[in-house]
Amino acid sequence: MDVPETVVLEQEQEEEALISGSEAIAVACKLADVDVITAYPIRPYDTVMQYVAKLVANGELDCEYIVAESEHSQFEIVKHAAAVGARVFCGSSGVGWMYAFEALTVTPALRLPVVAMVGNRALDDPGAFGVEHNDALAVRDLGWMLVWVDTAQEALDTALIAWRVAEDRRVFLPCAIGCDGAFLTHSQSLVRIPPKSKVQKFLPRYDRGDLLLHPDNPITIAPQVNEDWLMEIRKQTDEAMRRAKGVIEEAYRDFENTFGRVYGNPFFEEYQTEDAEVVLVGMGTLSMPVKVAVRQMRQKGKKVGFVRIRWFRPMATQELQACLSRFKAVGVIDRDFSLGSPYMSGVLANDIRSVLYSASARPAVVGFICGLGGREVTVPDVRQMVEILEKAASGEPVEPTYWIGLRE
Amino acid sequence: MSTQTQVLEPFKGVKKVPLEEYFTAGHRTCQGCESALVMKLMVKAAGPRTIVLGSTGCMYVANTTYYSTSWVVPWMHTQLGSSGSAALGTAAGLKALMRKGKIKEEPINVIAFCGDGGGADMGLSAISAALTHSEYNFLILLYDNESYANTDIQVSGLTPWGAHTTFSPPGSMRRILHRRWKKNVAGMLAAGHPECRYVATVCASYAVDMMNKVRKALSIGGPTFIHSIDPCPKGWDYDPMLSHELGELAVLTGVWPLYEVENGVLKLYGKTKAIAEGRQKRLPVREYLLRQGRFAHFTDEDIEYFQSKIDEMWEKWLIPGVIPFRKELEKELEKEE
Repeated sequence: MDVPETVVLEQEQEEEALISGSEAIAVACKLADVDVITAYPIRPYDTVMQYVAKLVANGELDCEYIVAESEHSQFEIVKHAAAVGARVFCGSSGVGWMYAFEALTVTPALRLPVVAMVGNRALDDPGAFGVEHNDALAVRDLGWMLVWVDTAQEALDTALIAWRVAEDRRVFLPCAIGCDGAFLTHSQSLVRIPPKSKVQKFLPRYDRGDLLLHPDNPITIAPQVNEDWLMEIRKQTDEAMRRAKGVIEEAYRDFENTFGRVYGNPFFEEYQTEDAEVVLVGMGTLSMPVKVAVRQMRQKGKKVGFVRIRWFRPMATQELQACLSRFKAVGVIDRDFSLGSPYMSGVLANDIRSVLYSASARPAVVGFICGLGGREVTVPDVRQMVEILEKAASGEPVEPTYWIGLRE
Repeated sequence: MSTQTQVLEPFKGVKKVPLEEYFTAGHRTCQGCESALVMKLMVKAAGPRTIVLGSTGCMYVANTTYYSTSWVVPWMHTQLGSSGSAALGTAAGLKALMRKGKIKEEPINVIAFCGDGGGADMGLSAISAALTHSEYNFLILLYDNESYANTDIQVSGLTPWGAHTTFSPPGSMRRILHRRWKKNVAGMLAAGHPECRYVATVCASYAVDMMNKVRKALSIGGPTFIHSIDPCPKGWDYDPMLSHELGELAVLTGVWPLYEVENGVLKLYGKTKAIAEGRQKRLPVREYLLRQGRFAHFTDEDIEYFQSKIDEMWEKWLIPGVIPFRKELEKELEKEE
């Protein structure tokens, strides 16, 4: 059957639209002229693919759009498309992401710039649709860049940045964008959509260079290396992740120059930290209740602030240390768990402890596991965390880890 | 919009086969490895404008040692269960880039290969899905040496009934540990994917036939599938010089029927056709089984059972050697008589 030629309509001016985080990333796919997209249903990420499907059906996005038969195939298909030079997009949630795990493992090892959205969701069992970060965090050691976003606008902007950084020859690593299930994937807000001409200026063509798999460049990719070479090749991937940090900074500077939206420090956002004595640290959409609580507590004279981490991998170790070592106590909110880990804390809390270890002034660090399975992180939850932090700041004994909002 | 395929006419005899090799020195396969021959013939048939994706297995591990790859054409590893997805992703990437003018438009062969473990066990779901994507051109070739031969010869879904493997050794209490009958992969894929234009079984003992099936699969367009039976000296336990003969015996005993399903039309070919038409008598399976150490523990009773299953395949199946259905109607008639 002949498929009609796709005519992609291009807007000339910036537009504003009321869209969800998922739709914002679908729009980014269109703006980035993605070549191959693979879908497989699982809530809540799959909304992005529903929007992609509409864009394809309406002739607004010219790509190979493939509905795979599993997440493993979904990620393998885009991996191989990226090897022949195609810009790709993919995504998943919860156990779907885990089903793809083998493909997720080899993608950074092959240095293929797959960009994926993770609609963060609790892992089974028992079933829960709501947000937890353990799905995306499972790949934290493998060479995936991991970034968490807070709003639909940030989702769109970060997707464009993700292709730019991932496809940079100095990096060539995959990037997953963490979007909290429901709170971001399904919540609409006003988003400024840039014209494609500006996106083209910001986002150059993906050029695989002499790593391209093509009969004109007949290379062998991923032969058996064993103990002879594996360590050197791992080190190359490590170097790429080290370089990624500078490439991310470059990309944010160019992003600001091109689109005029300013993110400042790309790696984390600081909120009311200037004179703060205690701060909370977290990722994703929990910033909303935390910021509300911080404002309320500020009115009562409490010197409290908030640091929202965007880029979890690569982690901005020095910058975070410089920032967090200014405070008396740091409370890390984990929307995840790391059972049996040091202090029985969450993944982020232990990373933050590690970041602070070499600081000359080390604040007290308290882990808060909160908001699992999509449970809301409420303003009273945040107040409770700050009360514990204030005790820690004044030298009173506190536990290293608390589960907050847990029913007795 | 449809991407063209290369027009690969059949080789008319062994003397017309080009001398150029695209799978050359540098591999470390065992002496007498028939799968290595399949790789060589497969890519010789396909020619230089070809991308090969190889899933994990002997033909990955033994063929692509770092700095000594045997592949002249571009080659990439894919995961054990990913031959279907590797072919699909590569073909989709090429198609998108050509349509959008990002690379030169030309027909490029895409071939993904897998072993019996990667294809018929773990990768079956992805292969099945890939065969439904009729807008992309690629071939999936399953080289079937009837065990996980790379990892020490373990039972796969395509290991013959009763065979001795490291996961199914004969013991003092249980002589036959592996009691599953081999899956009928080509028949299943042909029957289950009505839009797939080409499915074939091959045996490299009949090399020109085998290459011509590869050429047809690549020319006909859409996703295609070839299943090759590959005698394996290590896994089947026989003298490496007998690989060619064992391939022939697999066909002559009727254990391995040669056929192609082209645009839905089934054609038996080679010696299989002669057997089906009564021009040649099927040899007893005993002659095939007893040349292989993996069946050395078989009693006469075991050989008879094996023979009866092969006889059933030829005498009872609705389409002999291909589709294992039987007519309910005939059974009813038998009862009435």
